[in-house]
Parts: sequence; structure tokens; C-alpha cells
Amino acid sequence: MAFYLSFKEIWHSKGRYLLIAMIVALITTLVLFIAALSEGLGSGNREYLEKLNGELVVFQENVDLSIGASRIGRSKLNAIRRVEGVADAGQVANSSVSVVVAGRDPIDVSLFGVEPGRPGEPPAFEGRNLGRARANEVVIDERLVRLTGLAVGDTLTVRSIQGTNEEFYDLAIVGTTDGRAYFIQPGIFVPYLTFEKVKPQGENEQGGNGEYVSNIVAVKLVDPAQIDVMAEQLETLVGGIEAVDRKTAYEAAPGYSAQMSTLSTQRYFTFLIGVLVVGGFFQIQTLQKVAQVGMLKAIGASNRTVALSAIAQIVTLNALGVALGTAGSLALSLTFPPAVPITFTGDAVASAVIALMVIGPLGGLVSVFLLLRVEPLVALGLAQ
Amino acid sequence: MPEALRADAVTKVYGQGANAVTAVNQVSFSVMPGEFVALVGPSGSGKTTLLAMLAGLLSPTDGEILIGGEPLGEFSEAQRTRFRGRAIGFSFQSNNLVPYLTALENVELMLRLNGRLDRAGRVRSRELLERLGLAERMRAYPGQLSGGQQQRVAIARALIHQPSVVLADEPTASLDTERAYQVVETFAHLIHEQERAGVMVTHDLRMVKYVDRVIQMMDGHLSQIISDRAEIDALAAIQSGPLETSAGATQAQGGDNGNGDGT
Ligand SMILES: Nc1ncnc2c1ncn2[C@@H]1O[C@H](COP(=O)(O)OP(=O)(O)OP(=O)(O)O)[C@@H](O)[C@H]1O
Ligand SMILES: [Mg+2]
Repeated sequence: MAFYLSFKEIWHSKGRYLLIAMIVALITTLVLFIAALSEGLGSGNREYLEKLNGELVVFQENVDLSIGASRIGRSKLNAIRRVEGVADAGQVANSSVSVVVAGRDPIDVSLFGVEPGRPGEPPAFEGRNLGRARANEVVIDERLVRLTGLAVGDTLTVRSIQGTNEEFYDLAIVGTTDGRAYFIQPGIFVPYLTFEKVKPQGENEQGGNGEYVSNIVAVKLVDPAQIDVMAEQLETLVGGIEAVDRKTAYEAAPGYSAQMSTLSTQRYFTFLIGVLVVGGFFQIQTLQKVAQVGMLKAIGASNRTVALSAIAQIVTLNALGVALGTAGSLALSLTFPPAVPITFTGDAVASAVIALMVIGPLGGLVSVFLLLRVEPLVALGLAQ
Repeated sequence: MPEALRADAVTKVYGQGANAVTAVNQVSFSVMPGEFVALVGPSGSGKTTLLAMLAGLLSPTDGEILIGGEPLGEFSEAQRTRFRGRAIGFSFQSNNLVPYLTALENVELMLRLNGRLDRAGRVRSRELLERLGLAERMRAYPGQLSGGQQQRVAIARALIHQPSVVLADEPTASLDTERAYQVVETFAHLIHEQERAGVMVTHDLRMVKYVDRVIQMMDGHLSQIISDRAEIDALAAIQSGPLETSAGATQAQGGDNGNGDGT
């Protein structure tokens, strides 16, 4: 009965109801794109650290967990390796360089110097891992493959500012790995001694005298469950360092938390707008049909029928809008160039869609309440 | 034969204390199946209030309404709603029909509400609309129907579920004289034929020529019941009938009749 009434009513005013469904669709699109952007930016910022093959990340003490500011020398690395419970540790150095590809603008990438075979080096999914510590080899992020079309066997040209000059280095691509971006730049990985040569540096830094210094150390534990205990152990036994888990490490990246909270605030506000718009629409609808609802109640329609009919309408239109908006967003996302940091993940889309399914019913609550309060007496032009 | 509808010393007081208005005062009467009654009286005399109580839409302050022997006061709110859908047929002055349902669907709605829309019900709905001269307009929405056609659809809806009591509030208010006669005549005919107990509130005394009894209200009291055929016809013939004599009623009565004449 309730469904009969609600669908007859929708059918009779198709245009008006389609309009509200379209508004829900647009709100859905907005929410999904904000979610995708937040996922895209977020993973672009944290991917490398998130997927690191070590439980702990060691920074220099008192640098606010900033990779750029942190310096860890070879002697500290050796001290870390000697601590009981550490399975292995690898030095990781990071810098930003450009990749020069013929026929297009240079692409900024995150250059990582890693120790072949040690924590910090990503696995190559195609081709092979890095070999010797001095080889002019590189393993690249699949994002770079998508951006440039480079493949295993090709040569990658890196442009680096050293002193006042632009220097160019040719590296052989020996492998590709999955997404390993950092700082919203695709990651490329070279052996640490090659990194020393390739990295951007000032006039006087050059030369490799003294001990090799990196930015952070990736630590793999014998027992991954002992993260907290081991972090403390390392800090006391080695000294001058700060050991944290991966999540703490990437959340400390400059701007990361601020960015994420801005985006989620935007998402909440979009939800709120959705609730208010849908709520407002149905409230106006309801106020317009007080007399009609009074008549229905007078001739024997129960409160349950009247309320259920309104809820069915709200849920149907909301679902229609969300479905249209989701389909539209996904179709639209296919037209975006790979450089745009937008990532639609199944989880993020699913949770956004579930949340969006609630905006209609939430907004419509007031109108359902109004409908319940309509007195059948209004059918006779009387009201108490 | 048991009476279909009975009002037993029914009183309705609106408000409290100094603001109290006794809209209906100690009214008693009953209506038999197959009997059509008109409820007349000047504006503010309590007709609509009484009708609302007969329908179970308003609880009497005092007294009792019985439909088919069942006292409405003993039902819960939800039971009363269900009972209304089953035992009472309605025609209202305005906002009579559901705007997004066709004429036929509006009639079938009563059967749906009672969970009894079957093949036979559909056939009966059609036949009833045909009898009311709406064979061609069954698929039309209320917005596409004239005032008289809408009232006829409402009459079909009031009768289709075979209620024991049929209540009509000013069924002719928005119609011109010709159409008003037509609608009330058909209504009376169906009430007699199907043996329903009909109560019609009207301002238009000319319409009483189709009813069996006229109940006259005055300041909340039942002032007069006219059952004699000749007297009823006389009342219908003289538009400025006995009501004219009561002070305060003149204006409302004259106004409404003037309206009917003018169109
Ligand atoms: N909700 C209310 N609160 C207070 N007084 C009311 C209320 N409804 C009606 N009244 C009063 O009760 C009396 C009877 O009103 P009612 O509407 O029943 O008269 P009526 O005979 O139907 O009049 P009309 O011919 O103008 O429709 C009037 O004096 C009216 O002012
Ligand atoms: Mg009235």
C-alpha cells in the first residue's frame, strides 16, 4: 500500500523528483571526488613509507621526524644492526630530481638511495632487483611507467642540480615496482653509492670523503609484534635517534595531516549540505500536501502507511541519485590524465556510498515526523 | 432493523474555562440503513463538528457515537483509523481525491486500503464510475476533471467498499445548481439502492429535496428534525426557508444561495 502510493506519486511528478535525484547525484560526485583526491594525495604522500618492508623507521633525534632534515651515518646504522631483535636494517636516502623524457616536460620524481637486498628497497615486480651498490641501475615506480611509457631495458635520464650546474645521468631501468610515491612524486630507486653521485648537492658537498650518511634507516625486526619495545630499545641503546612505526612516520610528513583533515572537513560539509538539501526538499513537499495527507488519514490510511510511503520515496530517490552519481564519477574519472592525483579505491567508494545512502533518510526525518503529526481532521477543514 | 448510526447526547466543547465554546450540545439522533439525512443550519451551528464526531475524527466531550452498534469511543486511535476505512465512506468539500491517482485508482484506493482489491473489486469500481457517467474519464487525473466530475469520483469512492455509513461534507459547494442537483440525486439514489446510512452536510437548502430527513442545527443544538415529505419539499422550494427567521443565519444562508443562483 505504502509503496503503491509512493511510486504513483513519484511517477506523477517525475520531473520534480528527478531534479532532487540529480542533486543527490551531484553531491555524490562531489563526495566521491573529494574522497578520491584525498586517497590520491594521501597515498602519493605516504606510499613509500606505508609499504616499507620494515616495521620501524629510524630518524635522527629532534628533527620532528622530517626525512629531509634527518641525517644518519654509517656508524649509527651499524649500531642499530647490532641491537638484539633487529633482523636487518637498511639506509635510505631521499631527494628530489627530474626525469627527462624526450618530447615532453621533465617529470619530478622522488629519488631514493637504498641498499640492495636490505630493508628500504622495494621488490621489483617486473625485471629484477638492484644489483651492485655502485651500478648505474634504477628500479622505477609503476606510476612513472604510466606517465612516460618507459619500460624495463630502457634508459632513464635524470637531471640533477649540482652546484650551479645541471647534470644529467643515464640509468638503466632493470625493474619496475608498484606505486611507491613520496611527496606526490613517483619513486625511483638506485643503489646508495649511485645516489651519492646522482643526488642534487651544493658545490662543496661533493666528494664522498668521510662516512656515508643517509636520511633514515628502515629496520626489520625479528618479531614484528615487538614494535614498541624495540623502538624504545633502539633509542636507548643507539642514542641520538628516534624510532617510530611506519604510520607515525608518514603522518609526520610535512603538511600531510593538515591536508587530510582539510579534505575530510570538506567531505563532512558536503554531507551536511546533502542532508539539508534533501531534508529541505522533502519538507516543502510535505507542507504542500498536508490537506491531502489529512484526507488519506481520514479515509483510513494508517500512520504507518503514510510514513512508510514517504520513507520509501526518500530512500528510492536517494539511492537513484547515489547510483547515478557513482556511475557518473567513475566514468568521469576514466577521462582524467594519470598525473592527476585521484585514486578511486573500492573501499573508499564503498564507504562513501554507504554514508551517502544515509543523507536522504536523515534529511527526510523531519518531514516524516511532520507527516505523522498531520491530523485527519484537516480533511473537514477543522484542526485542533 | 438495527440503526446504522447513532448519536447519543453528543456534546463537544472546544477550549477551556472562559474560552470554552460549546460547538455541539446534547445532540441525539439515529440513521437507518437506506436512509439519507441532511444536516443543515447556519454557519457556526456545529454541523462540521458533529460530522467529524460521527466519523470518529473527533472525540465527543460527552455522549457517544455508535456505528453498527459499536461505540467509537472504545477503539484505540489505530483501531479507529482502520474502522473508518472499513465502515465509513467519505466525500469532502475540497482536497477530495489523491491528485497522483487516476479517477479509477482513487476509487480502487478504498479497496486497497482495506486489503481487498481483487478482480471483482476492479470490475465493481469500473461499473460504479460508468453509472456515474465517467466511463470516458476513468484514466484521467483529478486535475483533469471538472468539479462535478471530481465530486462524482468522490461519491464512487465513498460507496465502493460497501460501508455502512456514508458521510458527505458540502458535496455541492463548488458546483453550479444544475450539476449540484445531478450529483446529489445520484448520491441519494445509490444510498437508497445500496442501503447505506447517508449523512450530508449542506448549506444549500434546495438539495434537501433528495433526502428523507432534515436535521436542523442551531447554536450547537439540534433544533428541528423534519421527516415529513411535504415539509421537506416545501423547505427545498422556498429558498429563503424557516432558517431565515433566525437571527445571524441570514447572511451566511443568503450568501451561499446567491452563489448557487449566480452560476
Ligand atoms: N478548533 C476550534 N476551536 C475552537 N472553536 C472552534 C473550533 N472549531 C470550530 N469552533 C467553533 O465551533 C462552532 C461550530 O463550528 P463548526 O465548524 O462545526 O460549524 P459549521 O456549522 O460547520 O459552520 P459552517 O457552516 O460555517 O461550516 C463555531 O462557533 C466555531 O467557531
Ligand atoms: Mg462547516
